[in-house]
Amino acid sequence: MTDKKLYTVIIFSENTVGLLNQITIIFTRRQLNIETLSVSPSAIPGVHKFTITTFSSEEMMDRVVKQIDKRVDILKAYYNTDDNLVYQEIALYKLSTERFIKMDSVEALIRKYDARILDMNENCVVLEKSGHYEETQALFKELSESIGVLQFIRSGRIAITKSKVERLSDMLAEMEKKIEN
Amino acid sequence: MEQITGSEALLKTLIAEGVDTIFGYPGGAVIPVYDCLYDYKSKIRHILTRHEQGATHAAQGYARVSGKVGVALVTSGPGATNTLTGIADAMIDSTPLVVITGQVTSSMLGTDAFQEIDVIGITLPITKWAYQIRKAENIAWAISRAFYIASTGRPGPVVLDFTKDAQTELIDYEYTKVRHIRSYQPEPDLNIERIEEAAEAINHAKKPFCLVGQGVILANAEEELKAMLLKNDIPAGSTMLGMSALPTDFPLNKGMLGMHGNIGPNRKTNECDVLIAIGMRFDDRVTGNLQTYAKQATIIHLDIDNSEIGKNVPVDIKVLGNCKATIPLITRLLEQRKRTEWLTEFEPDEKEEYEKVICKEIHPLEGYLHMGEVVNKVSEACDKDAVLVTDVGQNQIAGVRYFKYNRTRSVITSGGLGTMGFGLPAAVGAKVGAPDRTVCFFAGDGGLQMTIQELGTIMQENLDIKIILLNNNFLGMVRQWQELFYHKRYSYTLMDNPDFVAIAKAYGFSGREVKTREELDEGVKEMFACKGCYLLVADVEEEGSVYPMVPAGGTVTNIMLGNDEQDY
Repeated sequence: MTDKKLYTVIIFSENTVGLLNQITIIFTRRQLNIETLSVSPSAIPGVHKFTITTFSSEEMMDRVVKQIDKRVDILKAYYNTDDNLVYQEIALYKLSTERFIKMDSVEALIRKYDARILDMNENCVVLEKSGHYEETQALFKELSESIGVLQFIRSGRIAITKSKVERLSDMLAEMEKKIEN
Repeated sequence: MEQITGSEALLKTLIAEGVDTIFGYPGGAVIPVYDCLYDYKSKIRHILTRHEQGATHAAQGYARVSGKVGVALVTSGPGATNTLTGIADAMIDSTPLVVITGQVTSSMLGTDAFQEIDVIGITLPITKWAYQIRKAENIAWAISRAFYIASTGRPGPVVLDFTKDAQTELIDYEYTKVRHIRSYQPEPDLNIERIEEAAEAINHAKKPFCLVGQGVILANAEEELKAMLLKNDIPAGSTMLGMSALPTDFPLNKGMLGMHGNIGPNRKTNECDVLIAIGMRFDDRVTGNLQTYAKQATIIHLDIDNSEIGKNVPVDIKVLGNCKATIPLITRLLEQRKRTEWLTEFEPDEKEEYEKVICKEIHPLEGYLHMGEVVNKVSEACDKDAVLVTDVGQNQIAGVRYFKYNRTRSVITSGGLGTMGFGLPAAVGAKVGAPDRTVCFFAGDGGLQMTIQELGTIMQENLDIKIILLNNNFLGMVRQWQELFYHKRYSYTLMDNPDFVAIAKAYGFSGREVKTREELDEGVKEMFACKGCYLLVADVEEEGSVYPMVPAGGTVTNIMLGNDEQDY
């Protein structure tokens, strides 16, 4: 097996039942773990966008993406490495209010990590931080080691490609042309 | 507008899609459709199989022989799960199939109701598309879409799960044929540069060799293929499913590829300088060890399925597209050639195989009957015009190797999935799909007993199918592997068998058992003289093996020619 790298698979699909299942089956058959997964409606009405990260060889990635792409309800599937993407994850941290206010370094911490306080009550404080995995992880580590983290959640990756090519809209435009002909 | 039930909408749409024959088995969750079928007898022929697996395999046989979409209709729960083997078989062998399963009433979905099963969930990995119809208004759209998906691009099976309430719901029926799906492009755009590269590589080749897959048959591109091969004088070998795309006697047809293929095509795969693969997927039964497969050759792959190109074998020139279109575009750019020297290089291989394998197999002088000789004898009586249906195992190899063809769509066999029990119901479908052709079904004693109940279907439909049972009282292919690779430890492969002729007679068929060459001659004559289904039981040598053989994972040039001599 060649070197494994983190790939981001971006998939545009029709919004039909069972789509996620169709996609995950293909990862399962090739024994690829899904590291993160994020699904939401895209900018185009009726089209859903999946962002999936996985460690894989490029060879395997190519095969998997082709097999996803050929499913009837998939509009377009492709993969990218980190250097071609702007990507982001968001993390929430639930902390004990009592311990939080006793920290002398709240301001420094907030500034250092560019974090936000979303909520604060007598029981807990909820911090939000967005960034790359390493960044949200660094804050988690620091909080864990100082005042402890009651709950922690991180979203799947969302990503936008840097390239000039807009694969989906180009494809849809081409299709429209074909139908007209 | 007059309102009709969902069931009637289903039948009207099937008719609109050109369906006149379906294979099925009724049950609780599909009774409304069956009730409606009763009124549509004159328009739709329903063939009652004896098991739902049989319905799917029959639909496959029908589709494979006719090029039309095969349709199976079954009930929910066990009816649906019984179809899974056929659906999976159709998926891996690219057979256009629409399987309609009844489903419990939509309000009961997800409640573990009687005979409820998550059909969509279990069929997603083995279908091109699976959809649940919960509202009658979606029927026309879903059925038409199902036929469009099943039959276009690389064909495959589609499952429609049809809830009982949608079957009885009244609707204003309106049918519009689906001709386009935004997210699905069945015919890829052609890349002329790749086509030019392919033609140039072939023109520069000294030893080009073509691998013919079922894709050629599915695209109806047999004539285009012949024209290409003839123009540039390119020899060709076929995958098992590609057999009959070229007539047996076509001068450039060098035989079958793969594990039990002919010596020439396998050896030449590793000697050619340009390998042109058309509509085939480099299955491991064709390639053997990929590390030693065609490493010397420039590989050109023509396929309609982008995910197949480069999946198993690194490809130098990728020609994506329907080969009905791409082959002639390449041919146009090819030079007229005569490659006498290269073609002559096949002769020693052919001679060696004839002397060491074929002659002994089809013209044995003494001892028990051989499988190959039985196939050869039957084939000689058919004048290369019959449809060959096989089960899976030694009967399949002997059948495909020694049967001869003049017409395309003459080989119906389970390739990718290797489904024992496929043959008998597939023969039912083949006969229904090609009523004017002779259908010869070669079975083994193992596989025949997996779906032997379909003799009832043959009886009820009065189908003229010639069944040739190559009986060795063994699960022969496994036995062969046990002999060769497991020190003859015949673990659970020996079978005590019933009186098969008596079974045939119980269904009202003629039949006889033959043990000697004289009896075989008489039996074959009697079989073809008989109008209607006939069972010829040929008692073949118990420990007979099929050769040549490239052991699994071996190199395609490492060919065993018999169990006492190895040719490396």
